[in-house]
Order: sequence, then structure tokens, then C-alpha cells
Amino acid sequence: MYFKDLYMMFLSSLLLMICVLVGVAFLTLLERKVLGYIQIRKGPNKVGLIGLIQPFSDAIKLFTKEQNYPLMSNFNLYYFSPVLNFFLSLFLWMCMPFITVNLNFNLSVLFFLSVSSLGVYTIMLAGWSSNSNYALLGSLRSVAQTISYEVSMALILLSFLILILSVNLLDFIKYQENVWFLFFMLPLVFMWVVTSLAETNRTPFDFAEGESELVSGFNVEYSSGSFAMIFLAEYSSILFMSMICCLLFLGSNLFSLFFFLKLVFVSFFWIWVRGTLPRFRYDKLMYLAWKIYLPVSLNCLYFFFSIKLFIFIFFL
Amino acid sequence: MNPAVTKIFSIAKTGSRYVRPTFQLGNQRFLGSPPKDGYIYVNDKEPSMDLNAITDRAAQTIFLTELVRGFGVTLAHIFKEPATINYPFEKGPLSPRFRGEHALRRYPSGEERCIACKLCEAICPAQAITIEAEERADGSRRTTRYDIDMTKCIYCGFCQEACPVDAIVEGPNFEFSTETHEELLYNKEKLLNNGDKWESEIAANIHADHLYR
Repeated sequence: MYFKDLYMMFLSSLLLMICVLVGVAFLTLLERKVLGYIQIRKGPNKVGLIGLIQPFSDAIKLFTKEQNYPLMSNFNLYYFSPVLNFFLSLFLWMCMPFITVNLNFNLSVLFFLSVSSLGVYTIMLAGWSSNSNYALLGSLRSVAQTISYEVSMALILLSFLILILSVNLLDFIKYQENVWFLFFMLPLVFMWVVTSLAETNRTPFDFAEGESELVSGFNVEYSSGSFAMIFLAEYSSILFMSMICCLLFLGSNLFSLFFFLKLVFVSFFWIWVRGTLPRFRYDKLMYLAWKIYLPVSLNCLYFFFSIKLFIFIFFL
Repeated sequence: MNPAVTKIFSIAKTGSRYVRPTFQLGNQRFLGSPPKDGYIYVNDKEPSMDLNAITDRAAQTIFLTELVRGFGVTLAHIFKEPATINYPFEKGPLSPRFRGEHALRRYPSGEERCIACKLCEAICPAQAITIEAEERADGSRRTTRYDIDMTKCIYCGFCQEACPVDAIVEGPNFEFSTETHEELLYNKEKLLNNGDKWESEIAANIHADHLYR
């Protein structure tokens, strides 16, 4: 009995991982296609039918390329930080409420917060250990940005959590049966979207990459498989963030097809943002996090907390 | 349609050539004679601080109009026809002056044009051309060796401009990539073959452009 449970858990985790990886593969294709069409060109359309198997050919190309490493790098850290990065971004998915109740635990939101903050370390180590100015600067930027936005992200999330009085992602489904949180807390939703864009180092906030001044940011020195892992980790965190967005405020019944349509829309929105907005300015980014988002999200937290208190005192 | 409307329509169709001069005149009048106080203020003006303007700006910010418009533009672009040319299957137009792969031309009689004057060798800024010449059995001066290092060549077209007999030309072909460096060291035979292969296109291009040379 016990063994059977473990076996099922292993199997469903494996299935989840494979699905995530395939999803990530096609997310990259979607991104290239959508960006292409936004720029009135076609994107990849030669490999397979209208370019459908392009991501697999990319993967084969990346993994068969030569892996070189900088002579003066700290090899073990250099080698294992992308692996850890990739592992963490897949590990993040373990808190996804699964239809077979894979690992649905009550503290899944906390799990999400802690694992996503752990990801910062891998970026920092990747940038530092490759012993290159650009990589170091990129990783410093990325770390500063991610940590700053994590603060307001946690605070925004807390307002949601105070509304549902639970730290289980599944409970968001129960509380949004009648009205989506999107309509209930619109400004916070906007802030959440911006914050998660910054968290995932996406375009208006992609200073970690900053190709105009830092070549490619913290991953300049990476090639072949380790680059592929960083890449996969990045896109799987985008996918996960889109999923969290759906769960948080898009009235998510996780067990319906509609949820996944919304998920596709939100990930499309991520790409759409990349196709639309130019890069922000770094000092503005920091001001936005500390001087605007932090106070506003704190005030929102007070507001929702007092609403909840009010309801508890006078109505229950 | 009344004549005035057709007139406007026709102006719009043929481009702004007829419309622009009046705009330019306006501009030039403005710039040509400086205003009385001596300078034109070109920096951003201070935003107006009356209540109306402030409310207007606040509304623009709150409703994210700039963002929404930007997103609208990109979304609309998705549904536009892509400007892509499916390259190996479709090709863009080439100017008759296009400077591609070199070729040595012949006269219609089959005699090679090059008289080994070495003007091309002299003018070549990349020193990519090497020529050796000797008198031929019939007493005419011809090259024995005519090499172009295509990896040195910068495709400036000076050689074809220098050539007095239109022998060395840069043809319309740009698809001559090879897998090795050696294959790009063209000799006289290869260049003459190119000339034979591309003669019709080269002749057409020279004819199309002869008025301007």
C-alpha cells in the first residue's frame, strides 16, 4: 500500500515533469512565432509542419554542441549551478495542485515562495563562478532585482492569502467560484503581473540579460547543455508564473479545460509584453519596487486585513 | 465623386510628393528667420498645471492608455501580412548595379575581352587580383593568369569601373558560398566559366545601366 503510493507519486511527478518540459518547448516556439508575427515576419516555419518541431531540433542542437568552460572559472559551481537552477524550477512545479493529488500539501504557497527565492542563489552562483565581468554584473543585477521584487511579491500574495485565510493554492479555487479576484482586487492584480514579470526577468525588466551592455547577462559563459538548462529553467518559471496568475485571480478551476486556455492566454500575454514594451531603466526599476510597490502593497495588505477583520467582528 | 475629392485622392495615391513642399515651406520659414527674441526653445515644455490638464494626465495614467495603445499596436501587427520572403524559394529584386560574383566576359566571337592592362589589379583596394600576362602566338596581349581571391575581395566594384573593355564585371550572382577557402580562390578558368554562365544576365544589366556610365 505504502509502496504503491510512493510509486504513484513518482510516476505522476515524472509525468508532470515531462509535460512541463514539453510545454516549455512549445512555449519557446510560441514566443518565437508571436514575436515574429508582431514584427511582421514569420518566425520558424521550416522544420516539420509550419515549424512545429523546431523546439526539438533546437534541443538536439544545444545538447550536441560542445560544452566549453572558462579556464579561470570555479568549475564545480560553474557546472552545477545551471543544473540546480533547472532542478529548482522543476521542483517548483511540485506544489502545483495535481488532479491525482500528487503532492498537494497545505503550505503550497509558502513552498512556491521559498523555492522561487532559492532560484536566486543559482543565478548568483552561475554569474559569479563563470569569472567574467559581464556575467558577474548580470548576476548582480538579476539578484538585486529579484530580491527587491520578491518583497512586494510576498506582500501582494499576503493580501490574497488573507482573503482566503489559507496558504494552499487549491483554496483559491474555492474562493473564486462566484467572482474572480481579478475584479475584486484589480490594482493588486496589475502589480502582481508587473512583479512576476520582474521576478522572471522578462522584458520590460530584463536587466539581467541586458544584451546591449552585458552581452547576455549572467549566462554569457554558458554553452550547450548548461545554457539549455538555464533557458529551460527560465521558461518553465514563466509557465509556472502564468499558472500562478490563473490560480490567483483568473477564477481558476484547475480541473477544467478552461483553466488551461486561460493559462495559454496568460503565457501569450507574457510574450505579448515582450513584443511591446521596451526595456525599463534600472534606477526606475528599483524605485518602482521600493518606493511605489512596497508602500502600495503594504497599504493594500492593511486594507484587506482590516476588511477581513471587519467581517469577522461584525458578521461572523 | 466631385473633382476636388478625386484630386485629393490622387495626391494621396501618388505619395506625399505634392503635399510635402508646402509643409516644408512652413518649416523652413519658421527655421529660416529666427524669432525676435533670438532662440527657439526645443526642450520639453513644462507640463501645464491647471486642474483640467492635471485631471487629464491622471486619467491617462490611471487607465494605462499608453500601455493599452501599445499593446493594441502589437496585437494588430500579429494579423498583418508578414513581410518575409521565403528566401531559397523566393528572391528579392536585384538592382542592375548589384555587385556579386566576378566574371570575365568574352566578345561574341568567343575571344576573351581582357587585354591584361592590369588596371583592375592596380585599383583593387584589397589587392585581391593577381594578373600575369604574355604575348600570345597571334601577337595579341592576353593574360596567362587571372586570379581573384574572393575572400579578400570587398566587392567595391572598382575593378569593373577600371576595366576599359568591360572584361571583368561583378555579376548578379551572390550564391557562391563554398565549404573550403580554396574553392574561393578563383582562377582565370573559373572566371571565364562564370562569364559564359551569366553572360545574358550581365549583358542585360550593363544594357540597363549604360546610360548612367
